[in-house]
Amino acid sequence: MPDQTQTAETEANLFRRFIQVTKLDTRMLAMMGALFFIWLVFTIMTDGIFLTPRNLFNLTVQSTVVGIMATGMVLVIVARHIDLSVGSLLGFTGMVIAWFQVEVFPLGAAWNWPLTVVIGLACGALLGAWQGYWVAYRGVPAFVVTLAGLLMFRGGAWLVTEGRTIAPMDPDYQMLGGGIDGSIGATWSWILGGLAIIALIGGSVYARIRRQRFGFGVKPMWAEVGLIVVGSALVIGFVMVMNAYTLPRTDTPRGIPVPVLILIVVVIAMALMARITRFGRYVFAMGGNPEAAELSGIDVKKNTLMVFIVMGVLCGIAAVVTTARLNAGANSMGLMAELSVIAAAVIGGTSLAGGIGTITGAILGAVIMQSLENGMVLLGVSSAMRQVTIGLVLIAAVWFDSVYNKNRR
Amino acid sequence: MNDVPLVEMRNIHKRFGGVHAVNGVCVDLYPGEVVGVLGHNGAGKSVLMKVLSGANPLDDGEIHIAGKKVTIANPREARALGIETIYQTLALADNLNAPANLFLGREILTAFGTLNDDAMESEARKVIQRLNPNFTNIVSPVKTMSGGQRQSVAIARAIYFDAKILIMDEPTAALGPQETRMVAGLIKQLKSEGIGIFLISHDIHDVFDLADRVMVMKNGRQIGTRRTSEVTKDQVLGMIILGKLPEEGTEEDLKGFH
Ligand SMILES: Nc1ncnc2c1ncn2[C@@H]1O[C@H](COP(=O)(O)OP(=O)(O)OP(=O)(O)O)[C@@H](O)[C@H]1O
Ligand SMILES: [Mg+2]
Repeated sequence: MPDQTQTAETEANLFRRFIQVTKLDTRMLAMMGALFFIWLVFTIMTDGIFLTPRNLFNLTVQSTVVGIMATGMVLVIVARHIDLSVGSLLGFTGMVIAWFQVEVFPLGAAWNWPLTVVIGLACGALLGAWQGYWVAYRGVPAFVVTLAGLLMFRGGAWLVTEGRTIAPMDPDYQMLGGGIDGSIGATWSWILGGLAIIALIGGSVYARIRRQRFGFGVKPMWAEVGLIVVGSALVIGFVMVMNAYTLPRTDTPRGIPVPVLILIVVVIAMALMARITRFGRYVFAMGGNPEAAELSGIDVKKNTLMVFIVMGVLCGIAAVVTTARLNAGANSMGLMAELSVIAAAVIGGTSLAGGIGTITGAILGAVIMQSLENGMVLLGVSSAMRQVTIGLVLIAAVWFDSVYNKNRR
Repeated sequence: MNDVPLVEMRNIHKRFGGVHAVNGVCVDLYPGEVVGVLGHNGAGKSVLMKVLSGANPLDDGEIHIAGKKVTIANPREARALGIETIYQTLALADNLNAPANLFLGREILTAFGTLNDDAMESEARKVIQRLNPNFTNIVSPVKTMSGGQRQSVAIARAIYFDAKILIMDEPTAALGPQETRMVAGLIKQLKSEGIGIFLISHDIHDVFDLADRVMVMKNGRQIGTRRTSEVTKDQVLGMIILGKLPEEGTEEDLKGFH
């Protein structure tokens, strides 16, 4: 008996040491564990259908729209606000894009779809600025402003075409949604995967050199190499899965879908914004202690406005992906999306009390939610039951978070 | 001390709704001088200091910095005038680590315009080392730190940026005896460098040891200002508690304190 407890203890110590040395976020590990568990259960229950390249490919594409918006929702919630309007904002912006592309600009003109993308992003930024203005400079709580936005933008989406669905979109534009031609093929996927691995290695070497220059401690070599190996394995695995799904009735691999590339770019940009820019630092400071932020000379109002503008632009990007995927502009686009987006951020560890949250966490949250949805669809679970389940998961995730935070302090 | 005062606050008024928190207070501060601001709880000490630090812009009155009339509308403007503040509430973002708090609003950037966290950590270590050599774990979130460590972060932030005028609102409230001594030593050193310091503390002994002059407030009003070399602690206590100047106080009034 004593032996047994001793081994258990050293194992726990080893794990703790591993976490300490690698500086991995335990919360993130727990989420990855949860995701792994969900995938395992669905794989067993669907006799392996869940884990086929085809399903994983679809799952990835399905996660993009919520994922893109969730990265912005993290900033909004970290700054102690909320945005209930993201679904409607997506819907309205999507209708504006579709209307310009199909009914205003000449069909087939090469500049048509790129210009509508610009219009969509500008429209998102403008509406975000409108909401941010009321929150930051007029002191109306974000809950109220964005609840109004939820109604107004949904109404606005209908008004664009009196409720008509507009189709079809430009064939080139459709690639942004990841349809049949909307992937980049095997070669490019491998090139991008290779670049990602090089960036991984370069990043950790760079960080190491910098820390050494300041005389700070660095991770032991085995930990550094271990992390790079695991990261590279994930990248390679991802590319292999995307390449394993072929175009219909051919052996041609699809490769990474364009919307997933868009998501990756958004995630990198947002993670960098959160971690290495002044703006990101200020958003976290504002969420941690608004008074301290103000006393430190931060222009809290301007930065709050910026947060909502960023959220609006992300809704614009999500609208592009949605209309491209749908090959149409329809009134119901983004309906209830605000709930999935907020849930993804919260499941991903964003604290509703403000000040805490990560972009990568929100993406994991989005993938967890989409995996549940996707797996239950495969199992033939009714839409009603799916809603009940995802609601319960949301409560469980937040409950787990509060328990976890209590134990840590 | 015949040169121009660093700070001259004239007839300062600040109201919060019905509360007249600061009511016609005048105070000045010379280079290399420590002025203690004393008074009971709620006397208006912190509000007066926040008028100077830009956190509570004044309703009425004038502020002169080095002889020039200025308006201080927000903390940024105060910092630009060389005024640094240790707030009674510390004003730290709990979710950020010590270097991030120390440089909040004035981050060190890399050549690409991004945050240079390594440089900030390195600088933070140097300045915190001066205050509290036992405090090494500075890169965890401030909320996981002890009260004294948090206070060290707030002090470090105020002294790092070459202040000309330093406001210390209860800077040692959470510190142990050894750290308090280090802060006292620090105050003496800053004083010798020609920095003007407003020191607020409830510990009248501390203030007496460090301050050249004390200013006493009661219910938002100014009772008076005296050189510490010309009054006794009991007389100052009389000013704080009874609101009477040493000349007005009787021996009997003061006996009650013993
Ligand atoms: N932001 C505010 N809003 C409303 N009233 C305030 C505000 N800040 C201070 N007051 C009021 O102003 C008065 C003076 O407060 P102040 O904080 O200056 O006291 P103090 O002398 O610093 O006391 P202590 O020794 O307890 O720190 C108090 O009556 C307080 O209630
Ligand atoms: Mg006070």
